[in-house]
Amino acid sequence: MTDLLTKHSFVELGARQRAKALLDAGTFRELIDPFQRVMSPWLGRQGVVPQADDGVIIAKGSIGGMPVVVAAIEGNFQGGSLGEVGGAKIAGALELAAGDNRNGIPTRAVLLLETGGVRLQEANLGLAAIADIHAAIVDLRQYQPVIGVVAGSVGCFGGMSIAAGLCSYLVVTREARLGLNGPQVIEQEAGLDEYDSRDRPFIWSLTGGEQRFNSGLVDRYVADDVAQIQQTVTALMHAGLPAQQRSRQVDFYLARLTELDTTAQIVPAAVCELYQGERP
Amino acid sequence: MRGLQWFNALSAGAPLVDGLPESLRVADGVLGEQPVRFVAVVTDVQNRFPRARNGEVGLLEGWGLAKAVDEANARGDKRPIIAIVDVPSQAYGRREEALGIHQALAAAADSYARARLAGHPVIALLVGKAMSGAFLAHGYQANRLIALRDPGVMVHAMGKVSAARVTLRSVEELEALAASVPPMAYDIDSYASLGLLWETLSVSRIEQPTADDVARVSNCLVNAIKDVGSSDLRGRLGATNRAASSHVRQLLREQW
Amino acid sequence: METLSFEFPAGQPPKGRALVGCVGSGDLEVLLEPGTPGRLTIEVQTSVNGAEQRWQHLFERIFQEQMPPAMHIDIHDFGATPGVVRLRLEQGFEEIDHD
Repeated sequence: MTDLLTKHSFVELGARQRAKALLDAGTFRELIDPFQRVMSPWLGRQGVVPQADDGVIIAKGSIGGMPVVVAAIEGNFQGGSLGEVGGAKIAGALELAAGDNRNGIPTRAVLLLETGGVRLQEANLGLAAIADIHAAIVDLRQYQPVIGVVAGSVGCFGGMSIAAGLCSYLVVTREARLGLNGPQVIEQEAGLDEYDSRDRPFIWSLTGGEQRFNSGLVDRYVADDVAQIQQTVTALMHAGLPAQQRSRQVDFYLARLTELDTTAQIVPAAVCELYQGERP
Repeated sequence: MRGLQWFNALSAGAPLVDGLPESLRVADGVLGEQPVRFVAVVTDVQNRFPRARNGEVGLLEGWGLAKAVDEANARGDKRPIIAIVDVPSQAYGRREEALGIHQALAAAADSYARARLAGHPVIALLVGKAMSGAFLAHGYQANRLIALRDPGVMVHAMGKVSAARVTLRSVEELEALAASVPPMAYDIDSYASLGLLWETLSVSRIEQPTADDVARVSNCLVNAIKDVGSSDLRGRLGATNRAASSHVRQLLREQW
Repeated sequence: METLSFEFPAGQPPKGRALVGCVGSGDLEVLLEPGTPGRLTIEVQTSVNGAEQRWQHLFERIFQEQMPPAMHIDIHDFGATPGVVRLRLEQGFEEIDHD
């Protein structure tokens, strides 16, 4: 099973290839493809080179025969940041998927998240789009699972980490990081003693995929392998809606945070210990 | 302090809901004739989480907001929920990241969004800062956004100093750009030009509202509640400065 | 950022279109589409200013080896080296042939 020769890295794929790799063969159909050139109206005037798809790929198709829309963020363009166009692509696609369900078509959604969050060159329009994405996930999630995948290498930060927290299921690899604030910004705001953005082992030990899985903040921990990620996503789609959304486990998390001794600084093992155990 | 002042003025002595973190103020008051739930995040200098002592939205605040809004949801009376927004930022800290502040903020956004979908009119009243993740958790899921017109009322994705650093610009360069690029600006009129606000209104004393200020804002909130038609956020689309958001949705519909 | 336009003699238009690369650090995005017979037009948006001559020479060298098909090419460049530009164009030509 661990034969390197039979593995194909998912992390090394671009966003479009990732979407193709997840969808049933031959079913990939891109909406607002790059040749339609729906690009950021804000980057050019700030002297920033745009990308033809604004860094977001929306593809319809099927997974295991089930209708699905995939939204994939290209982490290599502007750090996967979301501006007006890319944000509207994701929000609009999720809104249409929810509409499908109200019309009897059980469209599911998969989000491939490699993003630093809001694109600061489009600041308030990125933030507004992310609020729309949150709204649309909560809506669609009533009908069908919304599955988030953070594979790496950018990770998932900012307002889109909140979107990840709203997903029905979250899948991560060892290459993934998931957190609200980027390390540099925390260091800037809180100081080096609080958060050393150059201490990579420290950052991974707190926000890396393995730690997030061990502390129950994500649902599946998988190898960086196309087949394994594809199978995991398919299985989660078959599983249907979760018994309880993580974002609705208010009593559990508030109780645990109330127990925590906050006089000492936290270590990763303490998080796992605190969040393990009986769930409601 | 503005958040607390406006919470006190609008809730007019209604008893505080207990069982919530000290950094939250929640009360079931009245607007016009209607029972509503007021929700605010306030400064708690004793906060057990040191990075959330200045009114930031942190772990307790995110999960606590979710609890406060879910209680209103559970009542089944579709009472309006008024989020009073004066949040300088999310909490930046080691404990926060380690313990999953993103999940706490997701819980808050989740509760507000479900309240809206369930038919509660949700109105956000911006009386101070509405920054980034803090605003996403507390206010941005509202059916209607109302802002007071004042230099201290601002919506943004990141503070100026950090934004300048991340985009490799000086603060002066950032300000110059912001003057010509509306989504980058920090002032409330530029924000209003994006079409996201339902109303902006001026008051005479924003720090310590007069009886007249409170009456005008209450009146505006009552009108906003009446105006809420659909349970989605479509009312925010349509401004020229947000034309691409509508265009993209139209293309998606055509190609779906 | 600079926007540059180029034109070269070309053969017949290809049938397909292709997209290669990404506007990431040291890389570029190339969109190739069928153009008017006999003409190859290229529009470059680049983050590196003052490099028009270098683009001109690079294209000349590539196209003198072989007459290119008639296309319109859009390039969004984020500081790619000439080697990377050549590689992406060759990838694009190959993909366009396959369609």
